[in-house]
Amino acid sequence: MTPLLEIRGLTKAYPGVVANDDVSFSIAPGEVHALLGENGAGKSTLVKMIYGLVRPDAGAMTLGGGPYTPAEPRAARASGVAMVFQHFSLFEALSVAENIALGMETPPKPRDLAQRIHHVSRAYGLPLDPDRMVGDLSAGERQRVEIIRCLLQNPKLLIMDEPTSVLTPQEVEILFHTLRKLSAEGTAILYISHKLEEIRTLCDAATILRLGKVVATCTPREVSAAQMAEMMVGKSLSQPARGATEPGEVLLHVSGLSLEPASPFGTPLRHIGLEVRAGEVLGIGGVAGNGQDELLAALSGERRVEPGMIELRGERIGDTGPEARRKRGLLCAPEERLGHAAAPDMSLTENAVLTGRTRRGLDRSGFVGWGRARAFAEEIIARFDVRTPGPGVAARALSGGNLQKYVIGREILQDPDVLIVNQPTWGVDASAAAAIRQALLDLAQNGAAVVVISQDLDELLEVSDRFCALNEGRLSAPRPARGLSMEEIGLMLGGAHDMHEAQLRAATEAAQ
Amino acid sequence: MIVLEKRPTPSRFWGAATPVAAVFLTMIAGGIMFAALGKDPVEAIRIIFWDPLFNAQFASYSRPQLLIKAGPLILIAIGLSLGFKAGIWNIGAEGQYIIGAICGAAFGLAFWPSESPLLFPGMVIAGLIGGWAWAMIPGVLKTRFRTNEILVSLLLVYVAEAILASAATSWLRSPDAMGFPGSRNLARHPGTDNPELIAGTGMHWGVLAAFIAVIAAYVLMNRHVLGYQIRLAGQAPRAARFAGVDPNRLVLLCLGISGALAGAAGLFEVSGPAGQISIDFNVGYGFTAIIVAFLGRLHPIGILLAGLLMALTYIGGELAQLMLGIPAPAIQAFQGMLLFFLLALDVLSNYHIRLKRTEAA
Repeated sequence: MTPLLEIRGLTKAYPGVVANDDVSFSIAPGEVHALLGENGAGKSTLVKMIYGLVRPDAGAMTLGGGPYTPAEPRAARASGVAMVFQHFSLFEALSVAENIALGMETPPKPRDLAQRIHHVSRAYGLPLDPDRMVGDLSAGERQRVEIIRCLLQNPKLLIMDEPTSVLTPQEVEILFHTLRKLSAEGTAILYISHKLEEIRTLCDAATILRLGKVVATCTPREVSAAQMAEMMVGKSLSQPARGATEPGEVLLHVSGLSLEPASPFGTPLRHIGLEVRAGEVLGIGGVAGNGQDELLAALSGERRVEPGMIELRGERIGDTGPEARRKRGLLCAPEERLGHAAAPDMSLTENAVLTGRTRRGLDRSGFVGWGRARAFAEEIIARFDVRTPGPGVAARALSGGNLQKYVIGREILQDPDVLIVNQPTWGVDASAAAAIRQALLDLAQNGAAVVVISQDLDELLEVSDRFCALNEGRLSAPRPARGLSMEEIGLMLGGAHDMHEAQLRAATEAAQ
Repeated sequence: MIVLEKRPTPSRFWGAATPVAAVFLTMIAGGIMFAALGKDPVEAIRIIFWDPLFNAQFASYSRPQLLIKAGPLILIAIGLSLGFKAGIWNIGAEGQYIIGAICGAAFGLAFWPSESPLLFPGMVIAGLIGGWAWAMIPGVLKTRFRTNEILVSLLLVYVAEAILASAATSWLRSPDAMGFPGSRNLARHPGTDNPELIAGTGMHWGVLAAFIAVIAAYVLMNRHVLGYQIRLAGQAPRAARFAGVDPNRLVLLCLGISGALAGAAGLFEVSGPAGQISIDFNVGYGFTAIIVAFLGRLHPIGILLAGLLMALTYIGGELAQLMLGIPAPAIQAFQGMLLFFLLALDVLSNYHIRLKRTEAA
């Protein structure tokens, strides 16, 4: 069969780094093709070139037999290439139909559009009400808006960038049904992910990138996930290991924690209760936007709550600020590295002072000891293998994975009694992620209580002793993580958001 | 095609070099403007930048003027720079300057004709408190009701001007003035005067205070936790909250310090160079200090140099008006160019400029 899209020798260099180096592959009509690689392997640059956002330095593309050189996304869309981004571009205060109309060249009349949205969403098993406000939708539903926006253009090639990172296992099932139906109709799908099991169930072929080059191609069904991981990373990864420990006394006790959101589309926390013991890792799963940020803000002290809602070793600390909590041994590492956990334009030394001031004694009577701060920064860099020329470098100059190692290392080296981390390995490459998980396990091993908030369920099952789910601001009762199946976890996470059983079955059938 | 590439870390070299480059570009562009006005550009630039300091005829008058004009600019700009670093925009230093002057003068006049050595320190404290209190109005409104401190502080300048007019014409008016507006002359009365400390230099207590403020601000910003928190809040507000910085406390602190310093500058001016409260006592130091703060990159040493430079362009500008008949708006345009070039060149410290051939599509 003649390929739909053929890529030959695409090269794109940025100052100091070759993002894509002589990349070639092709996709046939109806093929589901996986693009696999670690962060920074060049996947994003490659699809941006296909979607017309970035122009290649060298190389050529053909689409449907003819030369294809999209100058901008509009040209790519006109040629039948559509893309669903990892980060949605939706206006929360507008309805689904209004959002979709905004992305169209010539939007039809509102009533016709609503009709078409209704029709397409039925046909592909993605139920969606055109009149609902996007701000009220779950992450999974927002993704449906983006997908339907693409499908209304009748694309020949659909690019999906990490689509399942915001979905519950049940929602992933629905998405896969949709994608298979599209594929059966002849739409090719370029699927970017680093979730290997998903790729094995969904994709017909895979191209694996490492450091901008194609290092391997394979048929995912015929190789194991471990083999693909090796091709991706270039070496075999060790699984985090931990010894068995008996959980000790309760260090952190949260009860009846309720908090109104700071922004109109935030998630309120509702009667959250949890306790963590010394030597234990508690995993909190959940799709982003279900209250994770609010929970971290309440636990870190950025938002104050009633004193009794949070107790540390029996002391009521709900109304204390971040510094007071650090002094008592409760440390946090927020999800957003640049701008929250670290100041982008400040050096690593200055960022060491951000949280380490009190516990590491980096100041004397109000004056910062920059020598001590620098020594602390150097210690973090050495102990956590942070790749950087030195502690004088601005935080924003570090790659995501390196900065995350720095941020986590900064908290761990302060010897916390309780450590709360939000999305500790988000956007971090596999080897750095493994190092971070191991560090968290070691911390628990040494008697600290660790709370890991994450969207990555595999990660949570790997590190947690107990697992609970955060869904629409409510926290489920914890269950032992060992032996928990994906199915059960999915139901704890709220199943397919806002879909009843019958609807779910109908959607699945429609998609088949 | 010219392409801007973001630098991974801001360039230290350009951070220091752009103010110098901006001064040179201002000289060139200003020279062209003076030439267009039919004046000799080289002579105009020389009169503005050189003659006030080194011309045998004028320097004896204008050299002390340099410190007299730079003192309040530096003192106010140092205070403003703390807030600007934290993203707190006090635009109303002019108003705090006026109220500081009125409060300090009122304190001195209340004990008239006392010549106690405690009187002048008391006036300084009254000036500090006056400026601080005036700045607390936008501060409290912002922390309590989320009002915009830019608007509130700016509008309070006009309120302060109205108060100044009423003080000069009624309740602080000198009983000996036979109905003319204006208070008693504080500078000519021992006990309330802010004298020239070293004859022929223009150095008075306010200039000394400005130099001390420069050193204190330098230590604060580079060594003290509060300075660190100010920088952190300006660069990454969320990270500052995570670090435990209370944003409301920082707003009150920054507005308070800048208001107090502006108020002190007003007091030093009213008891020294100006001598008395009059209707047109304020001459825009509070606004010009904003330019000085940015021209000095919000850095204490930079502000010191920028204040001196700005004072020089004022004195030199007046001289150029006098000697060459250059119109006053042209001098203002000249000063405006300085800020314009500085902000435009800012791009160099954050970006590389590269020339690139346009790619064939």
